[in-house]
Amino acid sequence: MATAAGVADPGAVPSVRAEPRPASRGRRALRWVLVLAAIVVIWEGLKFLGGTPWRAPLAVAGSGSPVLWNPPFRWPFVNDLNLPHVWNILLTFGQPFQRGADQTVGQYLLGAALYTWREAVLGFILGSVIGLVLATIFVHARILERALVPYVVASQTIPIIALAPMITYAFGGNIASVVVIATYLTFFPVTIAMIRGLRSLDPRALELTRSYAASRWQVYRKLRLPASLPYLFTALKIAATASIVGAIVGESPGGIAEGLGRVILTFNQYYITGPEKLWAAIIASGLLGVAFYLIVRGIEVAVLRGRPGAADG
Amino acid sequence: MTQAPPTEPVVRLANVGKTFSRGDQVVTTALEAIDLDIARGEFISLIGPSGCGKSTLLRIVGDLIEPSSGDVTVNGKPARRARMDRDYGMVFQAPVLFDWRTVEDNVKLPLEILGKDAATRDRRAKEMLELVELGDFLKHHPYQLSGGMQQRVAIARALAFEPSILLMDEPFGALDEMTRERMNGEVLRIWEQTGTTILFVTHSIPEAVFLSSRVVVMSARPGRITKVVDVDLPRPRNEDTRESRRYFELVTEVREALRRGGGLDDAAELEAAASEERTIAEGAVG
Repeated sequence: MATAAGVADPGAVPSVRAEPRPASRGRRALRWVLVLAAIVVIWEGLKFLGGTPWRAPLAVAGSGSPVLWNPPFRWPFVNDLNLPHVWNILLTFGQPFQRGADQTVGQYLLGAALYTWREAVLGFILGSVIGLVLATIFVHARILERALVPYVVASQTIPIIALAPMITYAFGGNIASVVVIATYLTFFPVTIAMIRGLRSLDPRALELTRSYAASRWQVYRKLRLPASLPYLFTALKIAATASIVGAIVGESPGGIAEGLGRVILTFNQYYITGPEKLWAAIIASGLLGVAFYLIVRGIEVAVLRGRPGAADG
Repeated sequence: MTQAPPTEPVVRLANVGKTFSRGDQVVTTALEAIDLDIARGEFISLIGPSGCGKSTLLRIVGDLIEPSSGDVTVNGKPARRARMDRDYGMVFQAPVLFDWRTVEDNVKLPLEILGKDAATRDRRAKEMLELVELGDFLKHHPYQLSGGMQQRVAIARALAFEPSILLMDEPFGALDEMTRERMNGEVLRIWEQTGTTILFVTHSIPEAVFLSSRVVVMSARPGRITKVVDVDLPRPRNEDTRESRRYFELVTEVREALRRGGGLDDAAELEAAASEERTIAEGAVG
């Protein structure tokens, strides 16, 4: 069949979706830098128009250095207390954490971030496993799904600050209570997404497996689970950032001193004298969330390699 | 796979009926009093207007749906036993390939489920893909193939575990006319090479006549067999067959049988089509 040979020509295969273009990664990084630069320009631009009189950085020149620029307006929301200069925030990372401390703010924040991350990862793993197990049960037993999903949803409408003291009391003021809170925030997106993901198979795919007389376990392992992976990773990316929030919030009532939660509380108390430090802690929390997100994203790209659309999102 | 004695039909449908009910109220009678024997190695087409229950009948044969009445015997045993023995290969209108698996691994899926060893899986997948002339595409992913190629992968997958019956539900309905005619040639070649019994649902009269040894014409609401047309066209069939006088006579015969059994207004047809959709959805739940 001459026509069939024509179709079977490998050259006829559309190659559009095959590989992500190499330029796209550099372009994405550039876009990220441009957005950052825009934020800094707007930030400092507002301060230029309506901020506190500009002086050389406190860390470099000390107090009482001459005024370099006197903004024409005085807008309270961009004064040095609410919106410190970007360079002052950056310089704070290099300053001693406390008077006479040998650790800089940067070092201290790094240590605190890693400590919090450890708690978050434990909660993330535990929450993801619980979410996966719940979704698996629900997909195979509609009665349980109908009965229990409303409670799963309701669990997330309760503010975590209402539950945190109870959990702390129940598990003791240690890392376990923090992990439980991080778990509590992560199991939800995984449960909801996986109920959907495990059902994402074409109904005819299930007819197909029925014609193979496949067992439920075979259908689950060979089809339902792989079909659900894109849904799983979407949920895991949400769970990654939620687990960090959970860990930070959970540290406070437990009185855990080593994590970002305590750092944020401490810097909150000294906000009037050093707002830059709280901003530095906010940046550290944000970077931690982004880092965790990117790790999950990296695993996603590796696992979903070869699927259409794996490189986007 | 147990082989029935040659005199016994591969598929025997005796007074098969199917009704769909809501509560204890019968909403639709999809099939009524279906009697049909299919001999080993036959190529049978089911043709009828949309919603005449031909897909439902195919699924009843394959034990994807239970009949409301009547008996289905396949290879001398109940349809359920035949399904557990993996006597059926299924091909749908959509290829239903899995994007995360390569073409080769898609064909291996049923072999994995049947617990075949790796060497057998490799060999069978390669053989089957060569049979459908896709031997050069083992490592491709389904989305890199054209619609016709994807459907050939689906056929290779259905044949991989050597089922005695191939159930095809409008397998070429989504393809353009040119590709469809080429696929008709392919499926005949595969049928002749493997000796598999094929039950083929279609709504294309030329396709049914070109492929089949017998064309089963059905009417809608309730779905009944109105006529069985013996197709005595010589084999092997090829492009010349499509231009022969006998071919046109048979096409006309099937068309007239369809028209006599039809008499559908559009509203009834839509409703019937919707009930067929439900059938597929319900069948998938189990």
